[in-house]
Amino acid sequence: MRRLRLAAADGWIMTRRNMSHLVRTPEEMVLYFALPIMFVLVFGYVFGSGMSVPGGGDYREFLLPGVFAMTMLYGMGATGTAVAVDAGRGVVDRFRSMPVARSALLVGRSTADLMRAALEMSVLVVCGLLVGWEWHRGIGRALLAVALVLALRVAITWIGIYLGLVVRNADTVGTIVFPLAFPLTAVSNVFTAPELMPGWLGTLAEWNPLSATVAAIRELFGNPGLAGTGSWATENAMLLAIAWPVVLTAVFAPLAIRSYQRLSR
Amino acid sequence: MADHAIVAEGLLKRYGDKKALNGFDLAVRTGTVHGVLGPNGAGKTTAVRALCTLLRFDAGRAEICGIDVAGQPARVRERIGLTGQYAAVDEQLSGRQNLVMFGRLLKLRPAAAKRRADELLAQFGLTEAAGRNAGQYSGGMRRRLDLAASMVIVPQVLFLDEPTTGLDPRSRNQVWDAVRSLVAEGTTVLLTTQYLEEADQLAGRISVVDTGRVVAEGTADELKAKIGGDRVEVVVRHADELAAVADIVGRVCHSVPQTDRDVRRVGTQVADRVAALTGVVRALHEAGIAVEDIGTRRPTLDEAFLQLTGHRANEEATA
Repeated sequence: MRRLRLAAADGWIMTRRNMSHLVRTPEEMVLYFALPIMFVLVFGYVFGSGMSVPGGGDYREFLLPGVFAMTMLYGMGATGTAVAVDAGRGVVDRFRSMPVARSALLVGRSTADLMRAALEMSVLVVCGLLVGWEWHRGIGRALLAVALVLALRVAITWIGIYLGLVVRNADTVGTIVFPLAFPLTAVSNVFTAPELMPGWLGTLAEWNPLSATVAAIRELFGNPGLAGTGSWATENAMLLAIAWPVVLTAVFAPLAIRSYQRLSR
Repeated sequence: MADHAIVAEGLLKRYGDKKALNGFDLAVRTGTVHGVLGPNGAGKTTAVRALCTLLRFDAGRAEICGIDVAGQPARVRERIGLTGQYAAVDEQLSGRQNLVMFGRLLKLRPAAAKRRADELLAQFGLTEAAGRNAGQYSGGMRRRLDLAASMVIVPQVLFLDEPTTGLDPRSRNQVWDAVRSLVAEGTTVLLTTQYLEEADQLAGRISVVDTGRVVAEGTADELKAKIGGDRVEVVVRHADELAAVADIVGRVCHSVPQTDRDVRRVGTQVADRVAALTGVVRALHEAGIAVEDIGTRRPTLDEAFLQLTGHRANEEATA
């Protein structure tokens, strides 16, 4: 019990450390928020007029849940880079040579990233409300939707931690994440409905973890775009939106922890 | 308290076919500074990382303050400090934030952690830079901050892995002073270095390491003595006198002296330096050769190192 309390205290110190980084580099934060806001504006206003929402409805109402999930996905870059920076420098060695709980570094990273994601969600929700998006089915379901988005972010955090520990070079992480994340956002229901894609691509898009979360939160927010093809993946989006983050975390958290332990080799 | 603060017996660490540590032995008496001297790739850093619980070793036994490193790493970590070649501080935090964070991780209360951080910043001349990001510090400042971070709680054993590599002389002296003040408080220090001067300055005893094992151990004087005694050296005025002087020195000292034409110097090892010196002076006087300089000197640690390992300290070890 005492050990757990000490580990929690160490984890919290590491969380605060990571949050301080954010406060001390405001320019990074601005850049970080610029991308999703740009997506809202470019897709919402420039391409939006040419996009059709399956079952009808406002395109920006359709788009915002997609941007929420996409922002979580791109968070993988921030996580991976931060972990690689840590692992590549001596500071992790210092932590590991101190009487600090071994879990603290990873706990601190994932907690800080979750807090950061909550902050991003707040900014995006405000941004969404400004461009005409809103939730239609009550605050309870809206909060549940936000929880699903954050669950996705937890899974993505562990993928990012694993990536950072394996690559151990901040610049390389940056160049890996985009080609990894871009097809995932393109072949999904973020910008357009999978039923408008060629058959096999549509199926791929429907099974995309990102799509599961987006479909589930569209339903919870009461946003348009849920005509669906009646396929299993779209009918069970809510289940998949919970299952995918659980499965991804179950796979990548142990991988990340193992890579972290391998630093002692 | 244990007699020896650091003990290592037969440490072995393999990376594939290469043995980074190959039967590494060490015994450091509590309260002393022990130097580990060796070229790049000799295994110094690997040894430090193994002793600091950062690296699992494949065989052998290590104890810090009588505690088994492999068996109870958490207890070892409560007693050690580590300052490596690369400044192990968070570059995205200020110097003060770094020290406060390390204090908090060492279970100091917030107020105590802040007080200790300010003390250390003052001690290392970093008070003015306290609020700046450590990433913006110069190399010397960062190293000082790094050393300060190892001293938030005075450790029983401090590991310094090449603490002054790449530092200017002024920063180097500051690091040395800090180490001396820690030792005065009773800390045992293990210092790795490529600089013979540093080992000579700080360390009571020195282990010379090459290809993952200790090839010689002793005080600086003992190591120098180990490679044979003192030298007699004569510097002549004109290079054309070198042959004649070498002949005289060789005859008096019963040896084959080395001649260095560039500095017009003849030198040789001798058993009894006073007898050799007087003999050479008398013989030169009889031969009517007036010389520029004559004297005896002890061999440098650099020469000792060359003799013990077959290569100079600043050369890469051949793997």
